[in-house]
Amino acid sequence: MGETIAKDRRPIEAGTGTGTGMQTDAILVVENLVIETNGRDPHRIIDDVSLTVGPGETVCLVGESGSGKSVTSLATMGLLPKGALSARSGRILVEGEDVLAASPSRLRQMRATRMSMIFQEPMTALNPVMTVEEQLQEVLTAHASMSAADRRTRIREILSLVHLPDVERMCRSYPHQLSGGQRQRVMIAMALVLEPKLLIADEPTTALDVTTQKQILKLIAEIQERLGTSVLFITHDMGVVADIADRVYVMRHGKLVESGPIQSILTKPERDYTRDLLSAVPALSPRAARPASSREIVLETSQLGMVYGQASLFKKREGTVAAKDVDLKLTRGRTLGIVGESGSGKSTVARCVMRLIDPTTGSIRLRNHEIANLSRRALRPWRKRIQMIFQDPNRSLNPRLTVGDSIIEGPVNYGASKQDARARARELLELVGLPADAIDRHPHQFSGGQRQRIAIARALAMEPDVLVADEAVSALDVSVQAQVLDLLDDIQTRLGVALLFITHDLRVAAQICDDVAVMQRGRVVEYGPTAEVLGNPREAYTRELIDAAPGRHWDFPNFRPMPAAVAPVDVTPGG
Amino acid sequence: MANRDAAPTAPAASQPVIKRQLLPRIDMADLKLAPTIAAVCLFVIVVAALLAPLIAPYDPIAMNPMERLQGASAAHPFGTDAYGRDVLSRTLYGARMSLIVGIGAALVAVLIGLPLGLFAGFFRWLDAILMRIMDGLMAIPSILLAIAIVSLAGSSLWTVLFAITIPEIPRVVRLVRSVVLSAREEPYVEAAIAVGSSLPKIMWRHLMPNTLAPLIVQATYVCASAILTEAILSFLGAGIGTETPSWGNIMSEGRLYFQLKPSLIFWPGLFLSITILSINILGDTARDVMDPKLGKKRQA
Repeated sequence: MGETIAKDRRPIEAGTGTGTGMQTDAILVVENLVIETNGRDPHRIIDDVSLTVGPGETVCLVGESGSGKSVTSLATMGLLPKGALSARSGRILVEGEDVLAASPSRLRQMRATRMSMIFQEPMTALNPVMTVEEQLQEVLTAHASMSAADRRTRIREILSLVHLPDVERMCRSYPHQLSGGQRQRVMIAMALVLEPKLLIADEPTTALDVTTQKQILKLIAEIQERLGTSVLFITHDMGVVADIADRVYVMRHGKLVESGPIQSILTKPERDYTRDLLSAVPALSPRAARPASSREIVLETSQLGMVYGQASLFKKREGTVAAKDVDLKLTRGRTLGIVGESGSGKSTVARCVMRLIDPTTGSIRLRNHEIANLSRRALRPWRKRIQMIFQDPNRSLNPRLTVGDSIIEGPVNYGASKQDARARARELLELVGLPADAIDRHPHQFSGGQRQRIAIARALAMEPDVLVADEAVSALDVSVQAQVLDLLDDIQTRLGVALLFITHDLRVAAQICDDVAVMQRGRVVEYGPTAEVLGNPREAYTRELIDAAPGRHWDFPNFRPMPAAVAPVDVTPGG
Repeated sequence: MANRDAAPTAPAASQPVIKRQLLPRIDMADLKLAPTIAAVCLFVIVVAALLAPLIAPYDPIAMNPMERLQGASAAHPFGTDAYGRDVLSRTLYGARMSLIVGIGAALVAVLIGLPLGLFAGFFRWLDAILMRIMDGLMAIPSILLAIAIVSLAGSSLWTVLFAITIPEIPRVVRLVRSVVLSAREEPYVEAAIAVGSSLPKIMWRHLMPNTLAPLIVQATYVCASAILTEAILSFLGAGIGTETPSWGNIMSEGRLYFQLKPSLIFWPGLFLSITILSINILGDTARDVMDPKLGKKRQA
């Protein structure tokens, strides 16, 4: 399904080369845009960016965090944060009208009627105290003179257009009563209710699960076909780009690096940066299994179960089953991946294994010792055997402590002297690729990837047998992600530590895991060697997950379509 | 693996290190007028209170029946009261009492409230018990509670201080607790648990520092409110005995002769108002500077 979204579309003349806005029929023309911060020493955020979006075209703006892609889109909506950023020069023409020169009231008129925007997090973009119908009413009353009856009909029309089930009930619902995918559909309905010519989508699927992401991408493509809307799609995900884009602009540090039709960008990228960006996308085809070096099982769970909010003395209730009958085995020096969508229970398993939460049933055996029901005191000697790397390196390091203090905290707890622990911390910092003198600095002085390296050093300082990585690379840009994955692999080879790797990203799992467990609604639905599970899945759910992975028909690192033999079997109905 | 070997190869060590200032740089242009004036006023009052024995022209409790209820003159700039005592001297000494009560109440409230709040925020079972006690305390009108305590235990500086501090503690506990409740969910606290840090260590090293900024702000409010409560207690006759002048009891005594000599209430009242206002302005400023959300807005 993914690829049909893009591949059917006829090439658009307006979209060849780095359009300079000469075409009069272009919906959006950005010319030599320069945006700087306000203040005593202005910092250039956007430097001489030009782009065009033709009628009915899907243009992707790709870049890593801090590349300026979101700022460009905000400027186009006339939504630059007042007082913080301002456009110094250039023009932004939406259907020939300059957004930068428009008065605030004219801008309000243009929004929703000519251009509209959908955001990454639909929960925060929707008003939590208004029903879906009220929010849509607001858009209509603000921008169009329609009778109440017309508005009612229009709202129902647009909600069925975005394929929301049971439209009447949806109209009465508040945002919190909807699922993430439904909220994003409502956002799209709000954005398109007045049929603007330009839709700006700022990472609209990043917060969604892959299967939902696929549906939303399909919806955007379908509506685009029906209404002839042009889409400027901002994303960091090359897979999504490969699936939906007609043309691509690659941005870095506020500058345009490269632009062109999707096929030429994917097959013959001209700039090194684009090449690096594509090479960093992990391939979806599983890597070859590594020979087993040891047979010692370091971590084993059996019948592990976790129920939240169980009935207590005063309350009678069912409780939410977050994990049930989870049986996993992890051998020394190997990597076991747990993959699944949000709410599948993969993080619950990780936190149970770490004993950050207490499992309700089942056993956890760490080097053949039962730890599931040890008391806090009895658990202490075992804590150091299993360590964790968290998702968000900005929050997993205490901002008030120096890097050194964070790293030596564990060893000092277990009786190491401060001097020894610091000497060891210096070694570890070098091991994870940071200078030893980083030890006296604070976390905020490092980038996200560097912070994750510090977090890895902290975990290694305990000399654990098992490392639990909970979405440890999800918050990082692809290029940094690739470096951190390499580091983990390197450490595993050198120290023989076993890795329990929790991720929602099948590409990452395919590249780093020896074995994979697929979880759905708290249960392990498929479990086995990575090559088998991801290469030849037996369960329908696993196939669905693989099928929904964006850009799965493209072999990014080799700049060519996926060879048919290696591509996962295409079986999902309607795919 | 081959794929990732081909990844962008700039080693992390050479990535530019993001430098950011730990504390906002104080810029003279950013210093607002109101906080500056407040700081100067407070400084003057504190110095005057400290130096009261040196700068007060008379003994604040020496009576002089020959010079009762005099108006402002060179000898008595603020006049004299019904017993012929010098109002200026009494006001200066009164500042000592008021400031002791204010600072003392803020200190004690923080010293008791901080640990209680830390424990309440960390242990669910304790939270339920402790918070009900605090709710109960908050339900009693603080002035009534203070009057009850003072009338039971007699009116000394210490009982007054105790009576004023008790009702302030629940506010501090609730504040600390709320900060701890959100901070304990931070991954770095879980990381500390994972590396085997003991509970006291986690509380002191990882949770307590989060509470400091809001605590300092809250302490200024406690300080102002304690000075005010002491004045009210003295005014109602339930405060510190009149042999020790405080702004409250000077005004309380002056009430009888208010129509004859408004200056008896005017001067201590003016000092009281300026002190409270200054402390509150400084508290607001501290909040603006230390609140990271407001701070970001200012930088933007």
